[in-house]
Amino acid sequence: MSDALTTVAVAMFAGAVRVSTPFLFVSLGECLTEKSGRINLGLEGTLVFGAMSAYAISYLSGSPWVGVLAAGLAGSMFGALHGAICRLPKVSDIAIGIAMMLFGTGFAFFLGKGFIQPTAPRLQAIDLGFLVSDPQMKVALQINPLFFIGLALAVVMWWGFANTRIGLVVRMTGDSATTARAMGVSVDLVRFFATTAGGFLAGVGGAFLSLFYPGSWNEGLSSGQGLMAVALVIFSRWNPIACVGAALLFGAAGALGPALQSVGISQGYHFFNAAPHILTLAIMIATSSSKRSLKGAPGELSITK
Amino acid sequence: MSEFLLSRRTLLKSAAAGVVAAPFAGPLERAAAAGLTIGIIYVGPRDDFGWNQAHAVAAVELKKVPGVTVVEEENVPETIAVQKTMESMIKLDGAKLIFATSFGYFDPHMIEMAKKYPDVEFRHAIGLWQKDKHPMNAGSYYAYLHQAHYVDGIAAGLSTKTNKLGFIAAKPISSVLQNINSFTMGVKKVNPAATVQVIFTGDWALPVREAEAANALADAGCDVVTCHVDSPKVVVETAEKRGIMCCGHNASQASLAPKGFITGAEYKWATIYKNFAELLTKGQKLPNFERGGYDKDYVQNTAFGAAASEAARKAATAAIADLKANKPYVAGELKDNKGAVVVPAGKVVDNYDVFLETTNYLVEGVVGSIN
Repeated sequence: MSDALTTVAVAMFAGAVRVSTPFLFVSLGECLTEKSGRINLGLEGTLVFGAMSAYAISYLSGSPWVGVLAAGLAGSMFGALHGAICRLPKVSDIAIGIAMMLFGTGFAFFLGKGFIQPTAPRLQAIDLGFLVSDPQMKVALQINPLFFIGLALAVVMWWGFANTRIGLVVRMTGDSATTARAMGVSVDLVRFFATTAGGFLAGVGGAFLSLFYPGSWNEGLSSGQGLMAVALVIFSRWNPIACVGAALLFGAAGALGPALQSVGISQGYHFFNAAPHILTLAIMIATSSSKRSLKGAPGELSITK
Repeated sequence: MSEFLLSRRTLLKSAAAGVVAAPFAGPLERAAAAGLTIGIIYVGPRDDFGWNQAHAVAAVELKKVPGVTVVEEENVPETIAVQKTMESMIKLDGAKLIFATSFGYFDPHMIEMAKKYPDVEFRHAIGLWQKDKHPMNAGSYYAYLHQAHYVDGIAAGLSTKTNKLGFIAAKPISSVLQNINSFTMGVKKVNPAATVQVIFTGDWALPVREAEAANALADAGCDVVTCHVDSPKVVVETAEKRGIMCCGHNASQASLAPKGFITGAEYKWATIYKNFAELLTKGQKLPNFERGGYDKDYVQNTAFGAAASEAARKAATAAIADLKANKPYVAGELKDNKGAVVVPAGKVVDNYDVFLETTNYLVEGVVGSIN
């Protein structure tokens, strides 16, 4: 039994590391966008388009890192488009986000047709297996560099929001557009750049899906991860460090179902497969309050107004 | 959008037909009668390395038949959208036979269309048609893929070294359970000590969870995995990455696992499609309820891959020869994995016995549960 427990624990750790990266990138991107006072629900489309363009460009250029960069650039185009449309008067960022989500996925399917069959070069993992002797752990420690980049980025963003002028400007724009204007900051420009950068990160998250794990391009690749990542931002209260925790938690919870079945605990697998969603609900309920609004929510966000 | 498009086109066409047809006595009908147009509708992309690709490969074969025109549409959801697709295939392309290849197309969509267009034949790729309930110009065709999974099991049972095999399945429905059971029966026949660990993912296409499942099985010591999900691409690629062996499902995935591929269970829909086209061209009636396996050349196994041992190839080839001769492979005493007897000792289950299509248990040797 303890053997089985170890297997499940290791599988959850491995799952957390493997599955969390796209969640992390998309939620960091969305965190930045929302900090500036705008919601971009279109990141699911950006993620899928990023996955497609990364795979396609990696296949055409022979270099997966060029693919990652292409995914980021494609993502920033989507972000820029969202940012540009939303600066127009009386435009709902939520509606535009949903339109962008449909556009991104549809356009990715259209352009991605020819890239389902070919095999593109994938991203290589950093092998940290030499640190341990257990064979299962050796596999779990094949970690993609993007995971570490994501971790570093979260720390930089967390520090940057609190300690840099740019961070202050983004937060100010998000909390009170009037104050920002009084300070001589162009609210639209800040939000445009924040949405563009957010799109870049979501695109990179997509590149991870198609170039590392699960590591192939097809039309069912994302199964809603971009949408879940947007929810993760609220879940982690607009704190980049908490985004890391939330992404890891979701990855680990997602690995629970398959891991339990692999050691023979198979009764009620539907329940275990739903673990990430049940967990979200539980934490949301536990941390919400009827007496105050969402803690940490940027004041300008259309959901808080 | 598509509704508008269709009605506008239909309107234009009927208007044009009215103008043109009046003096020339229906050139449109004559044009359609010159050859046979067949429509094929897919629920997903045609090149998914899975269920849809298996049909699309058959469509390519069908296109080679002289006088046959094939019209296809992919990514058609199991909603009213499929009725519009069927209607446009019938009215715009003159389709006389429609193959609806996804489970949810049948009721009510295909049935509605069959009632509306009694001159067109409709066939659905899963055995849901019932004589007293559904129109006679509708029907189903179905291939016993479990026979090919049984062959997979024989080859896999002789290839495994750890005696632990894994099966990643989407949902615990009869056709999936049948494949898991047949695979396991094949394994147990040649290697009674081996077990098959099953993981249900919960849906037909969940690439990340499928990769997690393949990793979890590899971690648990399985050295062969196979699956029944819409697109086995992720499972096969993950197995190859982990350095373990795999068997395919639906279409050929041999190219995805140059080192670890053993063999795979594949449909051969082309046989059915070409037979149906020939019958219609001759003006004969199509069967309403067509089914079969190796004996009718409706299923096949992918050519052996690098991981198939000599013994595995031999035993699998022998099993294929038996199935082609329609020899039954399910016989008593067969127990489920909770110990209850499902086929009593001495009883042999014929390959065409509907008992096989009502599978709601996992056989002995499978580690896992349905709920």
